[in-house]
Amino acid sequence: MAAPIIELQQVNKWYGEFHVLKNINLSVARGERIVICGPSGSGKSTMIRCINRLEEHQRGHIIVDGTELTNDLKNIEAIRREVGMVFQHFNLFPHLTVLENLTLGPIWVLKKPKAEAEATAMKYLERVRIPEQAKKYPGQLSGGQQQRVAIARSLCMNPKIMLFDEPTSALDPEMVKEVLDVMIQLAEEGGMTMLCVTHEMGFAKAVAHRVIFMDRGEIVEQNKPDEFFANPQNERTKLFLSQILH
Amino acid sequence: MSSVSESLPPPTTATGPVAWVRDKLFSSPLNTVLTLLSVWLLLMTLPPLVEWGLINAHFTAATSAECRASPGACWAFIGQKYRFILFGIYPYDEQWRPLLAAIILTSLIVVSCMRRFWKPRLVGIWAVGLTLVGILMWGGVFGLTYVENTNWGGLPLTLILATFGVAFAFPLGVLLALGRRSRMPAIKTICVVYIELIRGVPLISLLFMSSVMLPLFLPEGFTIDKLLRAQIAIIMFAAAYIAEVVRGGLQAIPKGQYEGADSLGLSYWQKMGLVILPQALKIVIPPMVSLFIAVFKDTSLVVIIGIFDLMNATKTSLVDPAWRGFSIEAYLFISAIYFVFCYSMSKYSQQLEKQLATGHKR
Repeated sequence: MAAPIIELQQVNKWYGEFHVLKNINLSVARGERIVICGPSGSGKSTMIRCINRLEEHQRGHIIVDGTELTNDLKNIEAIRREVGMVFQHFNLFPHLTVLENLTLGPIWVLKKPKAEAEATAMKYLERVRIPEQAKKYPGQLSGGQQQRVAIARSLCMNPKIMLFDEPTSALDPEMVKEVLDVMIQLAEEGGMTMLCVTHEMGFAKAVAHRVIFMDRGEIVEQNKPDEFFANPQNERTKLFLSQILH
Repeated sequence: MSSVSESLPPPTTATGPVAWVRDKLFSSPLNTVLTLLSVWLLLMTLPPLVEWGLINAHFTAATSAECRASPGACWAFIGQKYRFILFGIYPYDEQWRPLLAAIILTSLIVVSCMRRFWKPRLVGIWAVGLTLVGILMWGGVFGLTYVENTNWGGLPLTLILATFGVAFAFPLGVLLALGRRSRMPAIKTICVVYIELIRGVPLISLLFMSSVMLPLFLPEGFTIDKLLRAQIAIIMFAAAYIAEVVRGGLQAIPKGQYEGADSLGLSYWQKMGLVILPQALKIVIPPMVSLFIAVFKDTSLVVIIGIFDLMNATKTSLVDPAWRGFSIEAYLFISAIYFVFCYSMSKYSQQLEKQLATGHKR
């Protein structure tokens, strides 16, 4: 078996006195797609935010594509170049047009020429089906469109890993599907390692290789999606599933 | 019915001057009282002012005695003294030089205000412009006689102090604001101490210190020009205030913007320069421009260390025994000058805010 692209070993983190991650061990294979679910406050967002160092872990090791995350800024920036992230609240840059949002990273971080960066950006905008919005500002787009722009922005950096932090939970119900469709399409193209925190169980069934259930800072249960939903083992998992699948 | 209802135009309300007056001026008893009060105040103040400033005023007069004969304003005083007020004790025959310098400086500022000039070559334009201003003011080359900067004065000096004050204080203030939010304790402490120390003393005391105390601490025979010392004091003072205004803007930027920039792998300076500061500075345009206006007017405090800026030149022009007692006219005149500059800044900032608006932000 090839070396895992992400490896979390005995990761612990505290917010003040609150122990938010407790001895997390997780190993993600190259190209694997994982859905992480769990009640709010269970540490699932914190865990994936540790992978690109938006949060610092205090004990244990996180190794991304062969590089361990330490305080070394160069290391952190190198890893962030390889890891794309999509946020709950999109976090697009409101003072830049859609196209400028997409080319900012490629031009300044990857040092690509502007024309090339723009061509790549248009390619990904077409992939997320909104090339006609390129000249608009994020504030002029709907939530669903903004989130698709955010996905395209991450893809423009040509990342090896994509992290999704509740990408559909801030969206109006009628826009959830357009974002999920884009994510499913991305998954079906294959090759991309994806970690997705979401409660969209349909998405999990459709594309995930593995579903992880977290509660109170621990990974309680993980399994293939069919098994996970049909046959949950832990009481906490059963309770959680009964609450979200009516 | 499954068809979509038609969109209708909004209802037309009663329009026209009568409706406007009723709606805006007499809509309630309180409003009516306020309207009448305003009209009464205008009636009380405007006619005497017009009478004094225009009807009874002297626009030309050979001597001050002619002016004193009638109760109106003596604008002839301005006619007599405007060159001294505008250019101070700069040699009389050479005063076209500071005039040209003031025009160049103003043009530089106007050009910098236009967004289509916001390109790297703007730096070049400034370099050329400032060189020209320096040559014109000092002279000593191209057959221009040398004029020491102790003889500079009036409007050009005010413009120089204000322009350089803002131009240097702005980047310094931004750095201080970033430093105050730094995670590195040493940098943070230095910035906090600097900002609090400078904000804790009046500008006048800084100017006094720069002019009286600083020379005491400098080694024997080592002097820094008085004008330069005043300029540095103004820069240091303005920077502390700018830092706090910028910090307010930085705090208004949601955490998600930092994380968005971080997740793309931008370095600290790229993140600040490309993502955070453009948004933060846009938010603080109104207080920032207020501050610039304040700096422009505060340059008049150099009066107290004997630099002949616009204010001091005006004060001095009043001392002439032949033309005593026309301080109202003189101060109205320079008030108008200050007002034109300050009001332009204020108008420009409103326009800039509109231009930079990119819809409501996330």
